[in-house]
Amino acid sequence: MIDFEISPEDNTKVEEAHNIAQNLFRPVSRYYDEHEHEEPQELIDTMWDMRGKGFLTGLGVTGALMVEELCWGDAGLYLASPGPGLGGAAVFAAGTKEQWGRFLARYNEGKPKWGAMAMTEPGCGSDTAAIQATAVRDGDDWVLNGDKIFVTMGHRALDLSEGIIVVWASIDKSAGRAGMKSFVVEAGTPGMRVEKLEKKLGIKASDTATVIFENCRIPFNNILGKAEVKSKTEGFKGAMATFDVTRPLVAAQALGVTRAALDMLKDELDKQGIKIHYDVPRSKQTAIERDFMEMEANWRAAHLLVLRAMWQLQSGTPNALEASMAKAKAGRAATLITQRAVELMGPLGYSRKLLLEKFMRDAKINDIFEGTGQINTLVVARRVLNYTREQLK
Amino acid sequence: MIAFSPTEEQQMIVNTVKQFATDVMRKKYRDCDEAGEIPAEVVDAAWELGLVVSCIPEQLGGAGWEHSALTGTFLAEELAWGDLSMAMHILAPSLAILPIVEMGTEEQKNKYLPLVCGEKFKPATAAYIEPRYNFDANELGTVATGKGGYTLKGAKCYVPLAADASYILVYAREGADNQCFIVDKGAKGLEIGEREKNMGIKALATYELALKDCKVPAENRLGGAKGCNFNRLSSLSRLALSSMAVGVGRAAFEFSRDYAKERYAFGEPIASRQAIAFMLADMAMEVDAARLLGWEAAWKLDKKEDATRESCLAKTYADGMVMMVTDYGVQVMGGHGYIRDNPVELWFRNGRGFSTFTGMAIV
Repeated sequence: MIDFEISPEDNTKVEEAHNIAQNLFRPVSRYYDEHEHEEPQELIDTMWDMRGKGFLTGLGVTGALMVEELCWGDAGLYLASPGPGLGGAAVFAAGTKEQWGRFLARYNEGKPKWGAMAMTEPGCGSDTAAIQATAVRDGDDWVLNGDKIFVTMGHRALDLSEGIIVVWASIDKSAGRAGMKSFVVEAGTPGMRVEKLEKKLGIKASDTATVIFENCRIPFNNILGKAEVKSKTEGFKGAMATFDVTRPLVAAQALGVTRAALDMLKDELDKQGIKIHYDVPRSKQTAIERDFMEMEANWRAAHLLVLRAMWQLQSGTPNALEASMAKAKAGRAATLITQRAVELMGPLGYSRKLLLEKFMRDAKINDIFEGTGQINTLVVARRVLNYTREQLK
Repeated sequence: MIAFSPTEEQQMIVNTVKQFATDVMRKKYRDCDEAGEIPAEVVDAAWELGLVVSCIPEQLGGAGWEHSALTGTFLAEELAWGDLSMAMHILAPSLAILPIVEMGTEEQKNKYLPLVCGEKFKPATAAYIEPRYNFDANELGTVATGKGGYTLKGAKCYVPLAADASYILVYAREGADNQCFIVDKGAKGLEIGEREKNMGIKALATYELALKDCKVPAENRLGGAKGCNFNRLSSLSRLALSSMAVGVGRAAFEFSRDYAKERYAFGEPIASRQAIAFMLADMAMEVDAARLLGWEAAWKLDKKEDATRESCLAKTYADGMVMMVTDYGVQVMGGHGYIRDNPVELWFRNGRGFSTFTGMAIV
């Protein structure tokens, strides 16, 4: 059936996420934006405690709604919150049950831990076939070599906790994309080090690290998916399953920041006594009413595309097309809507007194990481055309 | 629980209507657009599907199914995918039936619903929009006055099938509220003008109406003393039109996608260039986005909740979407898109209409 009802039980979880966003994230939002690389220790401990009590431990529609709420509070602090993160999502999507236990159990016990995923390299971003990092089989081990950049939460996962990182590397360069595999490396593994923390435009509370692998040795069964190189496309498919999870998840983050900007704009309009009249003709609406309505419809459309992709995921329906649609749409909507909100609020929008300018800076990353808007549009195009990457470059 | 899969019953309706749209509507729509009329056999074939009268109680000639706005969105999308003029023609009686089923008095149901039931299609319709710049349904220019019988004054336009309708639901301002009045064919003071000529929906017969002190008996006020829920009817109408926009958009997307794979330039299909492929991807995304906004509004309406905001968001989004998507449809075909041998120019003309269309369909 088609239903948009949130069960009372799930609604409690979403409300809980909103309360955390409102009461825990927002009060320190500006501080950690202006104190990049400083640890929000109190928040980290609280979020870890919450996690221990089962908060945000599942992926799916409710999880997406909770992520949206937390990112409504602060997208950077959401990313800084301990948990398995994108690394966990990759293990969840492409790993075996044994691997789930071995790599994910740690996120429910002991001290706060983070998870990370390393794909981008200095010489390649979206073009994952050009990845230079290698994994070479040596007896019962893999030996990893290569440089990874833009690793979200790499520092906290590897330096500040006993977390994991999922690393993408080639086991057979001659096979191109088919040789590309993902591997789990645990914090403290010799041969792996974090080298640099980036200074960013937004989401400053999250860390973005460079991670170097030099003869880093990991057990053979740390590979996610099969170790053999199959046909041209098949090998990569398992790894791509990661994106079916992570793209709607990142899209949900985008929705949160976007709604934060819309809500702030709405509050300001309310204060000025300006109401949005939805059911009058466009010719009778004021410019601000038209803009707001378009922005809201755009956000809501993206919101529903994300929920659909997440619903498919939790009900075991293939969602690669819809996951990329959700990500492309939400990333673009976040960029456009937050920029417009800053413009419409004039001096209030541009001022660092309010958080709107921060929302705009935080929003932009959502159209970049986990596949730029263009890459996701390309995926959508290939899927609707039933084209291979050779047919549509 | 949040879910996105149509029920088996809804899927069955989609399949049936899609088959009809493919086999019947898509075979004739160009001829109909050129000729400005829809052959009776098309309308009667649609009638046999029993879509429009399904919500009428059995004892009055219908199927007695519970009305569902969500099911209505599927129906409207599929029919409009077939052809917008035909969809509006086929669904025109709903403009009268649905408000009466939902809000009519027992007497109104007993008298007016059987008139549209039977073996053959029998037109009934509603008059909502008015012929002026800045038309605002919240401030209808058509006015109803009087007690123990009403006098209607005003002008309406874009009234589908008005000339043949056995009765017309006329929306008018009564004091501070909008109400709806059932006006019988041939009522004194009801003047049906010349058939309108529009840029698109050329096969659909629409008319201007003049209400010159048109007398309506007291018992023909929809809902009797209680009146009607104008806001809900407007929301249901916005939903119908946005669903139709999704159908037209999907038609344009599918056609452009297939064309772009067959059309070669520089030695390869034009679809293999990002300039074209990205337009197609955007078309696919925007059609889906508009559809989901409609589903959410429909779901709310089926719960009998106020869906003014949701239906307005869905409508405004779908209006923009269908213009963009049908424009891309012409653009992808280049010069060929401009030629009337191809369907995209027809969808483009129909697509432009949605930002004007108000109250012309209901589901």
